[in-house]
Amino acid sequence: MKMNVEKKLEILADAAKYDVSCASSGSNRKNVGKGLGNATGMGICHSYSEDGRCISLLKILLTNYCIYDCAYCVSRKSNDVQRAAFTVDEVVDLTINFYRRNYIEGLFLSSGIFKNADYTNERLIRIAKKLRTEHRFNGYIHLKIIPGASSEVMEEAGLYADRLSVNLEIPSERSLKKIAPEKDHVSVYKPMNWLTSRIDENREDRKKYRKVGSFAPGGQSTQMIIGASPERDLEILQLSSDLYTEQKLRRVYYSGYIPISQDTRLPALKTAPLKRENRLYQADWLFRFYGFEMSEIVSEKHPELDLEVDPKLAYALRNPDLFPVDINKAPYDLILRIPGVGVKTAQMIVKSRRYGKVRLEDVKKMGAAVNRAKYFMQVQGKALPMIASDPHRVRSAIIYQKGNGQMNLF
Amino acid sequence: MSDLLLYDGTREGFFTTIFEIYERRIEHAAIQKLNNYSKGLFDEPRVIITDEMKSNRVVEGFKQKTPKGIIEMLTKVLHSELQDAEDIALNIVRSAFSSPKELRIDYRDESILRMKQINKMMHREIHRMHAFVRFQKTIDEIYAATISPDFDVIPFIGDHFEKRYADQQWLIYDTKRDYGLYYDLNEMQTITLTNAGWVSSHQINEAVLAKGEKMFKEAWARYFHATCIQERKNMRLHLQHVPHRYWKYLPEKAMNF
Repeated sequence: MKMNVEKKLEILADAAKYDVSCASSGSNRKNVGKGLGNATGMGICHSYSEDGRCISLLKILLTNYCIYDCAYCVSRKSNDVQRAAFTVDEVVDLTINFYRRNYIEGLFLSSGIFKNADYTNERLIRIAKKLRTEHRFNGYIHLKIIPGASSEVMEEAGLYADRLSVNLEIPSERSLKKIAPEKDHVSVYKPMNWLTSRIDENREDRKKYRKVGSFAPGGQSTQMIIGASPERDLEILQLSSDLYTEQKLRRVYYSGYIPISQDTRLPALKTAPLKRENRLYQADWLFRFYGFEMSEIVSEKHPELDLEVDPKLAYALRNPDLFPVDINKAPYDLILRIPGVGVKTAQMIVKSRRYGKVRLEDVKKMGAAVNRAKYFMQVQGKALPMIASDPHRVRSAIIYQKGNGQMNLF
Repeated sequence: MSDLLLYDGTREGFFTTIFEIYERRIEHAAIQKLNNYSKGLFDEPRVIITDEMKSNRVVEGFKQKTPKGIIEMLTKVLHSELQDAEDIALNIVRSAFSSPKELRIDYRDESILRMKQINKMMHREIHRMHAFVRFQKTIDEIYAATISPDFDVIPFIGDHFEKRYADQQWLIYDTKRDYGLYYDLNEMQTITLTNAGWVSSHQINEAVLAKGEKMFKEAWARYFHATCIQERKNMRLHLQHVPHRYWKYLPEKAMNF
């Protein structure tokens, strides 16, 4: 019996949902000559699923038939799930019609591996090409690069896609070998490094010559599964730091492993490590937007992120001698290190203090989380907070406050 | 006692009012929108007739006395329809004109901070409209959507949709304020419909929808449910992102599965 498109959509969206990337920002694809779509601005989450994640792109697999048998993957060969495959036109049609109704920013297309990496990627590219050339579609396209892809195939992918991603999945080679016997890190890093230099080269060319087309203008990203293998937060975040600086990735995604299989190659987790995943993202944010080095967040002495308090607060508690920070004198970078003070508040403080002293109530009105921040900043007319003398008491006081807040909900 | 001045609710109307305040040297002025006003016992309100020339003069003067982008922020305050919008705007205009120097963006100042906060609220609503507008194709090949945002954001969302949907006719209609935007493949206009025929819930009448339209809504709702990871379900977070009041326009929330 022939399967209808709605059924395929259900199966292949379900199979694609473990890829957590959802970004639709960072590209510069303008709508020229009255075509359809525009991918210049910031990303838009058009909806949020009931698990609280952003829905920005139509995220599907072309097919969930797969020749590989990776233990962490729901589509692995040995798993007994219903299989389906879209035709090229079905994917094109869904994308265009969803986009025209403002459901999505574009398409995120991945696939199970049939035959080999290049054969699979060529099928994905065919869809992107049709959208761009026949439908003059300027929405966002994220294409998955299957590990082991050749440079010829990636060259074409970059012509039509805004973003490309090769997934590391498992943070260390040793663990990967155990869990995914057909994969190795070389087959991931080789295409990733090729893309890094190709994207760089394209950027340089575009500065020199106007007419050069763009190559993956939204850059590349990757994903790591957290909790399916024994790596500590230290190893994971060191790897992220390298990926951001060496491979110049735009984003590293962390996907808390959900126990979807009984495979003996995997640890027996009862629930997904969601708190840990959340802390990793917070650490990632500190690295990208708050001027922190990863070594300030995790080290051999503190190899795991604190699950009880966020990494910025944990940093401040470990370094009491740096506090309190005088918000009327300290440079912007230091103000940004005060727990409870975000980028926007820090900017408002620095702008306003040119005209007079900024007081505690000003900081509160500007949006800081004062019940945390008050322990770490010095303001006019207030006694010095006790952070320097007794960080342990500050820690308990903050955790206690948090606990109380939650109690009040019930 | 302060002089009560009523204006038509437009930016030009507001700045014409400012012109009058300075011309007549009114020291204590209160500004209100004409259509919000209900007469108090001792009020002697004056209705200001919008005058583009006068408005432009004030706007130009204001721009010269303020850093870049402040006029846009002030405009958004006026469109927030919040109770204190005109007071805040008047305070800021007064401080800008009272000093020979450029206006200080000092967030310790109550009006400046409030302007910033209102802008944050406005931007969130604008962003939500970029996200939550759901078009339905009609038999006339127009992609139509109804909205009822918390604030008057129609003036700020057209540009985004015009760039994005350049090759389709579209209509976005604010049923709360009874006006909207229509793009006819050539240009975008602000329009008011006289025979909209909304059904009771301010939705587009199903009789005018194109054939097969229901299928896409259903496919989208199916996708929405399939893409959720049940093990991670978090309804508190979900509701924070997609508050109840927007559900009626979202097929993925309005349809039952």
